[in-house]
Amino acid sequence: MSSGIKIAIVGGGLAGLAAAMKIAEAGHDVDLISVVPVKRSHSVCAQGGINGAVNTKGEGDSPAKHLDDTVYGGDFLANQPPVKRMCDMAPEIIYLFDRMGVPFSRTQEGLLDFRRFGGTLHHRTAFAGASTGQQLLYALDEQVRKWESAGKVNKYEGWEMLSLVLDDAQVCRGLIAMNLQTLELKAFAADAVIMATGGPGLIFGKSTNSMTCTGSATSICYQQGAKYANGEFIQVHPTSIPGEDKLRLMSESARGEGGRVWVPKADGDARRPQDIPESERWYFLEEKYPAYGNLVPRDIATREIFQVCLEGHGVGGENQVYLDLTHIDPETLTRKLGAILEIYEMFVGDDPRFVPMRIFPGVHYSMGGLWVDFEQRTNIPGLFAAGECDYSIHGANRLGANSLVSCVYGGFTAAPSAIEYAKNVERGASEVNGIHDAELKRQQELNDAVIKSEGGENQYQIHEELGKWMTDNVTVVRYNDRLKATDEKILELQDRMKRISINDSNLWATQAVPHARQLSNMLELARVITLGALNRNESRGAHYKPDFPDRDDENFMKTTIAEYSAESPVFSYEAVDVSLVEPRKRDYSSGKSKSH
Amino acid sequence: MSTNGHTEKKRLTDPPATVKFRIQRREKEGASAYWETFEIKYRRNLNVISALMEIRKEPVTVDGKRTTPPVWDMSCLEQVCGICTMVIDGRVRQSCSALVDDLLLASGGDTISLQPMSKFPNVRDLKVDRSQMFEHLKQVHAWIELDGSHALGPGPHVSNELAQERYALSRCMTCGCCLEACPQYGDGNYIGPQAIAQARLFNMHPVGQITKEERLDGLMGDDGITACGNAQNCVKACPMSVPLTKAIYETNRDITVDALFGWLKK
Repeated sequence: MSSGIKIAIVGGGLAGLAAAMKIAEAGHDVDLISVVPVKRSHSVCAQGGINGAVNTKGEGDSPAKHLDDTVYGGDFLANQPPVKRMCDMAPEIIYLFDRMGVPFSRTQEGLLDFRRFGGTLHHRTAFAGASTGQQLLYALDEQVRKWESAGKVNKYEGWEMLSLVLDDAQVCRGLIAMNLQTLELKAFAADAVIMATGGPGLIFGKSTNSMTCTGSATSICYQQGAKYANGEFIQVHPTSIPGEDKLRLMSESARGEGGRVWVPKADGDARRPQDIPESERWYFLEEKYPAYGNLVPRDIATREIFQVCLEGHGVGGENQVYLDLTHIDPETLTRKLGAILEIYEMFVGDDPRFVPMRIFPGVHYSMGGLWVDFEQRTNIPGLFAAGECDYSIHGANRLGANSLVSCVYGGFTAAPSAIEYAKNVERGASEVNGIHDAELKRQQELNDAVIKSEGGENQYQIHEELGKWMTDNVTVVRYNDRLKATDEKILELQDRMKRISINDSNLWATQAVPHARQLSNMLELARVITLGALNRNESRGAHYKPDFPDRDDENFMKTTIAEYSAESPVFSYEAVDVSLVEPRKRDYSSGKSKSH
Repeated sequence: MSTNGHTEKKRLTDPPATVKFRIQRREKEGASAYWETFEIKYRRNLNVISALMEIRKEPVTVDGKRTTPPVWDMSCLEQVCGICTMVIDGRVRQSCSALVDDLLLASGGDTISLQPMSKFPNVRDLKVDRSQMFEHLKQVHAWIELDGSHALGPGPHVSNELAQERYALSRCMTCGCCLEACPQYGDGNYIGPQAIAQARLFNMHPVGQITKEERLDGLMGDDGITACGNAQNCVKACPMSVPLTKAIYETNRDITVDALFGWLKK
């Protein structure tokens, strides 16, 4: 029996699948649109674990402490009520995945095991080896497959969203998507649309993100009137493995399990790391942050590593430091971190159980995203957002192992919220008055224009230049003159984008046309990120300006809101709800400063 | 600092100035296949994906002919999503983790050949359609039956040993290497090792066991477990070291037990 309610979900990662499961379970129909088969979504890349204050280690952990760690780690930029709800729900979420059969690591009693992660002093992170994201995604994929078999979920895998369908009152009535094989366009009428499209890492060229993480779909929503919040807050993960095609993540769990970061005390020390004695190594994180050591939050670890290399102390004078696990028993390492150590060995050739890894920071996560209220509603009626593509939980810096829990929380909150909306929305008129056909036609014309364009510019060249400028100027350390220059560069790239020539005469399953559409959207979002950073004259979490080194709560304890206009994003600022945990200075050099 | 049991990897010491990629092309499903060769400058740390990205940017063959860019699938580039699987120098594997240095070291030459997997519909060039693998997962009910996703407390106590055994099966990324390597798989006559191993994954779980027979039912037809020819290629081809043959053996045992004693329950 159908309830007559249909909800379209864009994105089949953890957040999208979490929402799909809840909506199908409530008896409603789901159209699930994803650029890749959902089981291959970027959530598979999450390694270390999922946070929840289950408190099985007798440490007195609690959701209240999880809340405090999260908002403190986020440098007091997150609205606190939804963070509290997430932390309260987190133990339930972990238990649910346990019931779904996720092979979490266990204790000797057969209970869930927990490890430590950055920005907390508690064992709060449940994990399945070192591929927790993969395991959680698979569990939801399996549950949603069950609903697919039951006819409640229709998957459209290999389809990419091109636009929302909005009626005259700016109410979202569905979306237009493109079949990536045939380039056929289709209108998906829906009572509500949930965006669960992940992060925009590809704007920075190389990042730890999957190649599907363009941010294109969120940028489309922004260009159609959705507010985009805190875009300038981009997390650069302290430990990634530099590569030609991408920066591969080396999970924080490597440090959670005891990994130590160091460089040789003597610059340019040419000895093999295993030949450098303990006394001639500089464990700079442990020295500067005795309480948290190697497990300071990511923004801090990243800046310290970046600075050490900038000052010429990197291994071999290059942009790399050692992440060392070799003091730990190899069998324990294989059991607890096998999957990530294999990745390192596979791509670098050294076995991290015996040779210290060489790592450097890499763009990893966007704290910013579509603005949502506490029920995951965007400012466009009928449009919801969940997961990395929404801005709501992490403030100015995300703590490790909070992303998986925030994805599921977001999906579990967006689903009932969208159902409630769909039950009450006035329907009928939008299907008959032709708005879906009109939008489909508009998108077809945009596609045709891209295909016909013949100006000689190379889209991949433009993407490379965007990535380089963004990485050089809008990541770890930010200066206003360079941010201004970057925005000018983006404008130049946008201009050149109008003159690209698609280099594929065979349109069947072509990657060139989708990439061109994505890139146009990425450029719009790049401006939001860059100008948001330019306007924020303070340092907070992942956003660091040497010319404004301090946090400025009076002027900037505010959410940045960007709204689209044809000339330039229009910025405004919104007060942050800090009603639960009083803001205090963030200081990880001794134990965390007291809250309650 | 022990280095017991640790051997250093053999490295390519005299790389060529350029590397050639011989790529099997196809315009679309049903069209005839042809080969084109591209050449790029050698660099350290190249993998097949970064070479393909470079070729895609300026698709000109080694003979100087401008052509269409080769199409392939890629996503995570960390060998965990499974999407970029193809046949490289005759061996099925992920193209993200196929390092050019290792390939050249193994072949002793300067040319690397790329082909699409042969057991699945070839969409274009190196891209294939593996949706049948997900259909197989439906056939074996590869999920746990829940009363609902509302809060019902923790799952059952599970020994870490069992959790680790299941984790090994659960790392399957549906890439299709096992099916490409299996001599029995193709034309819909055999469900193949991946689905059997996923059935095993859930049958091993204390709650999954309750609906074990539904999963075994999906494996008892002509395309089921009896179609396995015991070639054992699957386990050698699996990039995630999923114990596929063990899963097949154990599932076969379950089916036999079920067939022998199942009637007693009816």
